[in-house]
Amino acid sequence: MSSDALIDLLQIILLTVTTVVVMITAAFRRDHGLINSLTQAGLAASLLIFVFVEPITPLQVTPLLIIDEYSLFFSALAIIGGMAVTALAYPYFEKHNKLNEEFYLLVLTATLGAVVLACSNQFVSFFIGMEMLGVSLYAMIAYPIHSEKVAKHPLEASIKYLIMSGIASAMMLFGMALIYAVTGSFEFASLATSHSGLGQSETLIMVVGHLMLLAGVAFKLSLVPFHMWTPDVYEGAPVPVTAYLATVSKSSMVAVTLRLLLEADAFAFTQLTIALSLLAAASMIFGNLLALMQSSVKRLLAYSSIAHLGYLMVVVIAAAAVPDLLSIESVGFYMAAYFFTSLGGFAVISALSNSGKELDSITDYQGLYWRNPWLSTVLIIVLLSLAGIPLTAGFIGKFYIFTTGVEGQLWFLLSMLIIGSAIGLYYYLRLIYTMLQPASTNLKDDPAAARMPLGTNLLMAAMVFAIIWLGVYPMPIIETLQSLAATF
Amino acid sequence: MILVWLMLILFAGGIGAWLAESRGSDHPRAVALAAILLDLFLVIMMLLVPDAMGLGGDSVAELGQTGEWLVLMEADWIPRFGVSFIFGVDGLSMLLVALTVFLGLIALGSAWGEIKERSGFFYFNLLWTLAGVIGVFTALDLFLFFFFWEVMLIPMYFIIAIWGHENKEYAAMKFFIFTQVSGLLMLLCILLLVFFHFQNSGVLTFSYFELLGTDVPEALAMLTMLGFFIAFATKLPAVPVHNWLPDAHSQAPTAGSVILAGVLLKTGAYGLIRFTVPLFPDASVAFAPVAMTLGVVSILYTAKVAYAQTDLKRLIAYTSVSHMGFVLLGVYAWNAQAMQGAVMTMLAHGLSAAALFMLAGGLQHRIHTRDMDKMGGFWGVAPKLSFMAMFFTVAAVGMPGLGNFVGEFLVLLGSFQVSHTITAFAALGLVVAAVYSLIVIQKVFHGKNKNNYKMADLSAMEMMCFGLMMIGLIWMGMYPQSMLDMAEPTLRNLDVAFP
Repeated sequence: MSSDALIDLLQIILLTVTTVVVMITAAFRRDHGLINSLTQAGLAASLLIFVFVEPITPLQVTPLLIIDEYSLFFSALAIIGGMAVTALAYPYFEKHNKLNEEFYLLVLTATLGAVVLACSNQFVSFFIGMEMLGVSLYAMIAYPIHSEKVAKHPLEASIKYLIMSGIASAMMLFGMALIYAVTGSFEFASLATSHSGLGQSETLIMVVGHLMLLAGVAFKLSLVPFHMWTPDVYEGAPVPVTAYLATVSKSSMVAVTLRLLLEADAFAFTQLTIALSLLAAASMIFGNLLALMQSSVKRLLAYSSIAHLGYLMVVVIAAAAVPDLLSIESVGFYMAAYFFTSLGGFAVISALSNSGKELDSITDYQGLYWRNPWLSTVLIIVLLSLAGIPLTAGFIGKFYIFTTGVEGQLWFLLSMLIIGSAIGLYYYLRLIYTMLQPASTNLKDDPAAARMPLGTNLLMAAMVFAIIWLGVYPMPIIETLQSLAATF
Repeated sequence: MILVWLMLILFAGGIGAWLAESRGSDHPRAVALAAILLDLFLVIMMLLVPDAMGLGGDSVAELGQTGEWLVLMEADWIPRFGVSFIFGVDGLSMLLVALTVFLGLIALGSAWGEIKERSGFFYFNLLWTLAGVIGVFTALDLFLFFFFWEVMLIPMYFIIAIWGHENKEYAAMKFFIFTQVSGLLMLLCILLLVFFHFQNSGVLTFSYFELLGTDVPEALAMLTMLGFFIAFATKLPAVPVHNWLPDAHSQAPTAGSVILAGVLLKTGAYGLIRFTVPLFPDASVAFAPVAMTLGVVSILYTAKVAYAQTDLKRLIAYTSVSHMGFVLLGVYAWNAQAMQGAVMTMLAHGLSAAALFMLAGGLQHRIHTRDMDKMGGFWGVAPKLSFMAMFFTVAAVGMPGLGNFVGEFLVLLGSFQVSHTITAFAALGLVVAAVYSLIVIQKVFHGKNKNNYKMADLSAMEMMCFGLMMIGLIWMGMYPQSMLDMAEPTLRNLDVAFP
């Protein structure tokens, strides 16, 4: 292995080393604060390492991983997600749960899995990354099971996720096997070259293989009708883990899926485009419709995330017709906008919750604006960004989707998007309205009145800054995305 | 730069008012007053000594524009999409900006004694709405325009949702969803237009000047135009997308109704004149008969509905729709007189509707009801208030000598050259208006004071507000030429673009 390869692997190596250090330290000294800081430091080091050491891109490091600007962008997102969850987890578990140290081990392995996914350009690393992420998440979701007062139903959520995820993985494996049977290759890029000269039956096998892969991906991204697990798992999992599920697990999956579709030229199979369009349309409509009925904020955000992934799929589908450059740029921007917005939202919920009691019902948020203006301002900005209102990242993100959709001439999906957004407005506004109502007077131990931990405050401030910055002055990130798309 | 200052002062004043609340609940309104007065001062200076304020040739010539533009500025924003900050005013925008700032002052006056709770956030929203409206009237980049279109929406939502009356949640939600959905439709059509321009010329831009004259495929031109039309017609509003308005107006606090009726509705009319027709001249010609018919239906239908209301604010809201029907008619008749009439109606209705809503709000504040069946005989109790009501009602009906008359008369004169039938029906609107207006005067101010309401007459502050609006209306009625002269270059130029 050359030194170039080692340099490019530094991020992954640092993450692995941090995992081992945290594991050994936890074995000798159970100290929540220490382990939390170690994890945070390790994640920060791996995020910032490439600021100090110039990586060589693009470079195929071992047959398994590709390091290019695209992978670095999504790896950075995953690590930022990991850091955010680490920051939220400390106040959430401290004093309410015993034996918290192993949680950070799981955060690290999950993040490692997400980074591997972002760097994957063939099926083996795709599967390894996905399982590392998935298996860590099973345990993370069920983590507070031994706390004195179990918040909701983490075990139920975890088992649900385990079973559904297992089925999805099996489907994907089968799909990969079918594709391998025809092409004899695991690499995305070499699939494209073997399209020509396929016989009728071979084409059929390829289509079925791709569709099965797609079903697995749709499960992970919770697209309708593979979304059934999402609300229950979001609701049952502890808030920091829900945040992780909603952001990191989605963004890394989107990264690898887009790479697969573009490199393997999967849009050559029109059936795939049709299937994706149906999934996207159903997600936009049903995600938003079902969100209308929710009384739990976590469930509401779960359905809203289903709708948002539906919006994102519009861009992915447009990739069949528009230049790769534009679609990669759009996906990158929308993902980043959604990522920061969701993290901001979950940070607010997490600030008001701990593993003993979560503030989850919409009625709990009544009058939040007068009880704690800072928290509710953050949440209002987050909701406006999710609704795609100007001055926020969500608006530029939606603008990207419209631009790409118009260029790809996807009129049906765009009209679904407008309808979906209109329904979406209703429940975002309802939550904002609830927060603006006078607070009910008989509040005992109002968690909003408590002092917020520094880490949570910093995270919220950073996310609000990111949302406004991307919404008002998006040029820097657009230039980054254009450059990564150009070297894809 | 002067235009940016107008907005920055309001944005900063809003934040200042919000922060000032911690020093006492009376501080925010002082900060807001200072910001609006400063803006008003700048606007008056721009009108009186344009040269000293940097209005005139240089900035306009630099951007390769001539004629009607008083001042223009351009700066990059998101070059990736060809989006830039292009602000400019011509006579039309200038009049509307002046109206906005003036009514901002009036709204502040009407909120002065009414808003006691959470005043900091209230004035923040009020000033941000005004800043958003000024942005709408001055933005000449379609992305920027859309941006401000939404910026003025959210603070207004908060004003209705927090300080509104009994059914505020429903009203605020309806207002937001109507405007937002039609806005999204407009965004889609803006993108389509930009996309066609990009296909033809290879240049990606949202600049109004570049997009003028874009060759849109005939089959799609109508659809794209409709996207713009629906968004603006919703805001105007015109039948059949008007029904957010009675709810929003009747539930909003007084200052909110004043801004809604006086200014926000005018953004719809402005959008039609500035964007819909010039950008799609051919499609607009084809669509004109439909639009004019919609205008007439708005005039007559909502006048009829207004007559059936017992809620005072709802009644005034419906009359607003009826008067804005004249604007729609005037815009699509598209000749010199009709256009001038549309502009005059916009300005005059801005004042008269604002005054009427302020009166209705004042009454509600005093007797806690808007139900006209419970009112009566107020002339004896509050003569000043009743006189003002009489004056502004008569103005709204179109009494010669006041602004509304000039506007509606010109609209009818202009549209008569286009279609006799439509004009004949529209003229009926004047008759119906007299009927519903006199009913109000009769029910509320004459007759017996059945419930023996006692109320304070108008305060000095209120008298001042009404007095200012009165002077404005009389000015418009007696010397309309001063305003027509300002708008004339704009309208003449548009006339060339749209034979």
